[in-house]
Amino acid sequence: MATTLADDLRPLHHPHSWVTKYVWSQDHKVIAIQYSVTAIAIGLVALVLSALMRLQLGFPGVFPAIQPDNYLQFVSMHGMIMVVYLLTALLLGGFGNYLIPLMIGARDMVFPFVNMLSYWLYLLSVIVLVAGFFVPGGPTGAGWTLYPPQAISEGTPGHQWGIATMLVSLAIFVAAFTMGGLNYVTTVLQARTKGMTLMRMPLSVWGIFTASVMGLLAFPALFVAAIMMLFDHFAGTSFFMPTMQSMGAVTSTEGGSPLLFQHLFWFFGHPEVYIVALPAFGIVSDLISVHARRNIFGYRMMVWAIVIIGALSFIVWAHHMYVSGMNPYFGFFFATSTLIIAIPTAIKVYNWLLTLWRGDIHLRVPMLFAIAFIFTFIHGGLSGLFLGNVSVDVPLSDTFFVVAHFHMVMGVSPVLVIFGAIYHWYPKITGRMWNETLGKIHFWITFLGVYAIFLPMHYLGILGVPRRYYALGETAFIPQSVHMANEWISIAALVVFAAQSLFFINMIWSLFRGPKADPNPWGAASLEWQTPQTPPAHGNWGPKLPVVYRWAYDYSVPGAPRDFIPQTEPRA
Amino acid sequence: MTILARLAEKSWEPASDRDPHEPGGRPSAGSVGLTVYFAVAGVMFSLLGAAYFMRMGLHAAMGHADDWVSMPDPPLLWINSATLIASSLAWEIGRRASAEGRAARASLAGAALGLCFLIGQWLLWRHYQAAGFYLSSNPANAFFYLLTALHGVHILGGLIAAAWVLAERNPAHLRLCAIYWHFLLFIWILIAALLLST
Amino acid sequence: MPIAVAIAMLVLGSVAFHLFSPWWRTPLASNWGSIDSALDVTLWICAAAFILLNLFMAWTLVRYRHRAGHRAHYEPENSSLEMRLTFWTAIGIAGMLAPGLAAWGRYVSVPQDAAIVEAVGQQWQWSFRYPGPDGVLGAAGVKYITPDNPLGLDPLDPFGRDDLLVEAGDLHLPVGKPVKVVLRSKDVLHDFYVPEFRAKMDLVPGIVTYFWMTPTKAGTFDILCAELCGTGHHEMRGKVVVESPKAFAAWQAQQSSFGQILAEAPPAALSILLIKANACIVPATWSIR
Repeated sequence: MATTLADDLRPLHHPHSWVTKYVWSQDHKVIAIQYSVTAIAIGLVALVLSALMRLQLGFPGVFPAIQPDNYLQFVSMHGMIMVVYLLTALLLGGFGNYLIPLMIGARDMVFPFVNMLSYWLYLLSVIVLVAGFFVPGGPTGAGWTLYPPQAISEGTPGHQWGIATMLVSLAIFVAAFTMGGLNYVTTVLQARTKGMTLMRMPLSVWGIFTASVMGLLAFPALFVAAIMMLFDHFAGTSFFMPTMQSMGAVTSTEGGSPLLFQHLFWFFGHPEVYIVALPAFGIVSDLISVHARRNIFGYRMMVWAIVIIGALSFIVWAHHMYVSGMNPYFGFFFATSTLIIAIPTAIKVYNWLLTLWRGDIHLRVPMLFAIAFIFTFIHGGLSGLFLGNVSVDVPLSDTFFVVAHFHMVMGVSPVLVIFGAIYHWYPKITGRMWNETLGKIHFWITFLGVYAIFLPMHYLGILGVPRRYYALGETAFIPQSVHMANEWISIAALVVFAAQSLFFINMIWSLFRGPKADPNPWGAASLEWQTPQTPPAHGNWGPKLPVVYRWAYDYSVPGAPRDFIPQTEPRA
Repeated sequence: MTILARLAEKSWEPASDRDPHEPGGRPSAGSVGLTVYFAVAGVMFSLLGAAYFMRMGLHAAMGHADDWVSMPDPPLLWINSATLIASSLAWEIGRRASAEGRAARASLAGAALGLCFLIGQWLLWRHYQAAGFYLSSNPANAFFYLLTALHGVHILGGLIAAAWVLAERNPAHLRLCAIYWHFLLFIWILIAALLLST
Repeated sequence: MPIAVAIAMLVLGSVAFHLFSPWWRTPLASNWGSIDSALDVTLWICAAAFILLNLFMAWTLVRYRHRAGHRAHYEPENSSLEMRLTFWTAIGIAGMLAPGLAAWGRYVSVPQDAAIVEAVGQQWQWSFRYPGPDGVLGAAGVKYITPDNPLGLDPLDPFGRDDLLVEAGDLHLPVGKPVKVVLRSKDVLHDFYVPEFRAKMDLVPGIVTYFWMTPTKAGTFDILCAELCGTGHHEMRGKVVVESPKAFAAWQAQQSSFGQILAEAPPAALSILLIKANACIVPATWSIR
């Protein structure tokens, strides 16, 4: 087994041909790119699906090709792809794979072969997922939440085959994720270079590491729920299927519990959203500190907050089930635990602001995205308090308020961090620099545009406009202005989608024609910027592993010659 | 240093600069990875256990006590359990053996007994099918088949790993395999206890 | 600089949006003003946080922007500041949670004198059942359903004979009287939601769920399904008519009871209905409550 602590290149797998270098690669950097490209590709599919949804919501009846059944299929696939196949895969499989070994001074992950397998399994899971579009009946239209009995009953799109491809794909994804997660966790624990104590690691690593631990403990719940639903669907068992009619005929199953599925799903589902959020929290801390030339304020509290949020995230799940019909007394407990989790989250927000305060702020594109993250995350986090507060949730659940909240905290804030992170690490990964003007235009349209999309949605939800409705119809309490709002939201969405092309043009063009970048253009102290080659070569560090003497945040240290001191610089 | 002390370290202070040439002492990556995997599989089986109780309790609460029919325990169930125990014993002998040859032979015996267990489980399934305990008849059966299937998949994975490790002749890996086998025995005891007591 | 201006403008714009947008809660038509108050408390505290934190950020971006000669201040941590911030945050959180939990405590405690009404959901319509003069809903279940017995009442249960059935019609309720709405689904998950009442609860096939409320305003309100239940989810609508007790009683007098339906059913349909009931033995005193 490759324990990359040793000061030699022996344990690494050395590729010999183009195929083993770029296709069947065991190099974490190549695997990271593979994950990222696949995740972004499937994410673009989900983006197109959301454009179709917005066309229907903004202009109902104008597009006869969008009917209730395919509308619900778009909704369901958009949600599942974005949460699992884009955000989780990109943040952990993409950023985790790339950054962890470089930030802790390792040559690669500790189980490189298993790491490679994890990517190919992930790709398989994406292929099986997409197969859902081609099976009879199309993909599932049960919502990303896949609740039984509807998910496998008549009346819901894809209830025969689409749901099966979805569940099988998820089971494969869980296997892939487990392989990856084992790598990320074990590598952080075992392969840190000399002097790299846990508390000298950058917060990016802490966020990804904690998220990986959480994923390893949470994904089994999804796996189990998926297997049990497959059994209910194909083997006639009744884990979740109660006695029910189905379009007029009584089914023979008896006594199963739809609520059991919901508990299992949300036991996974809630930690899942923090699995997406924590890497974003960690990464944005690094973006802010580098570009404000100031150590992240309160590093210890930031680490503890990440760990505490991770732990608490396992005891809040039933806030997704306040009106599910579960024992009503559970509401007291879960509302309390949910609002408690807001406290370490708020500390993180304060510390990001306190890092900017008294800093030396360079408003480069990555910093702009980090600032936009803070603004939108404050909004999204606060709206979560409404939903977590059990009785306040009652009128708001299943309305557009929920849709607005989770898009702000999952779709907007982490995606802004992902953009910022790609701009930030692009010179390290590619050795080239991107175009600043294009970056700024991309930033402004994206930031202002997504806020314009989701701010009004909160108010539609407070009014009572329900979610997952193909059309609102003639409803007394819904005024004409709501239809106007939906039109404007859809137009804003289409503009934001179109603006993303600027990002892709910039990234791809700069890859071939961008100016060569300085190996450490931002003057960052963390280890990944101190590699002997840029982009880092196979093995990362050359013949000798680095030795670390300080934490990752020595910026603007009084008396120092420059405004940063790399982690590898010995103390005088 | 305890984990709490490590997390309270003020890493910006020079005092946190411990000897960069820290002595080895870290457990191997393989054993850490295996422990993490135990957590994953442990969570999975625990959730199934929780689901089992919830489903069973639901029946009783709804007055459908007849929906849940406990399955009988034929001798084969006990024979298989004994086989798995013997398999673990053999693996343990292999793990503790200092001579490479003896270690390999004991491990091979462990793997062979593991294979016997798997075959025995398959026979057990056929026995239940023949006796009319079908998967979809009632939830007790469904949980039985599901739990034994998932456990069986882990045994199969363990056999594949054992074949690789025996061919590779790495003593550290052989020891890890033995610990994995004990974990599977532990899970089996919990499953069997769950099924027999309800 | 533009970013600082943008942040400040977005804060002001968001506040303006809140004050001037036409979209806010529907006028309350039930006793659940405590839910509205809890939302208002949450809103005030969150708005204060949103405004203060973001304006602080905008100011910081201007004050500490990079310029020649400017250097950042080195300060790894300030434990006492962090402790104080944690403390005040916890106070704010508790301030929000308290009214929320208080309202929830009332939500889960059904008053003794609440009347009972059952709402039955199916793909994709609502039906209703009243307990009739005996005040007890008869036993019911999916297994009893026949075309003549769409709500699945047990024909052998005497308590069900006087139940009034409203299949795919409007729900009527007397104003000012607390009512426990008992919920049953014939097929998949649904949710009974009337925005003006604020209260809602999922319908779960296989169990009976409930919520309670007191309608306080006469009028006709839309019932929406609030749990995705298939392609007709957006069309699963109903109406609830809240009226004076006199008008309510008059309306009730016009509804058919299950007993009447049994009496009027043709013999063939009746025998199918009764065959379903022989599926198991139901004690005469079993009812849903």
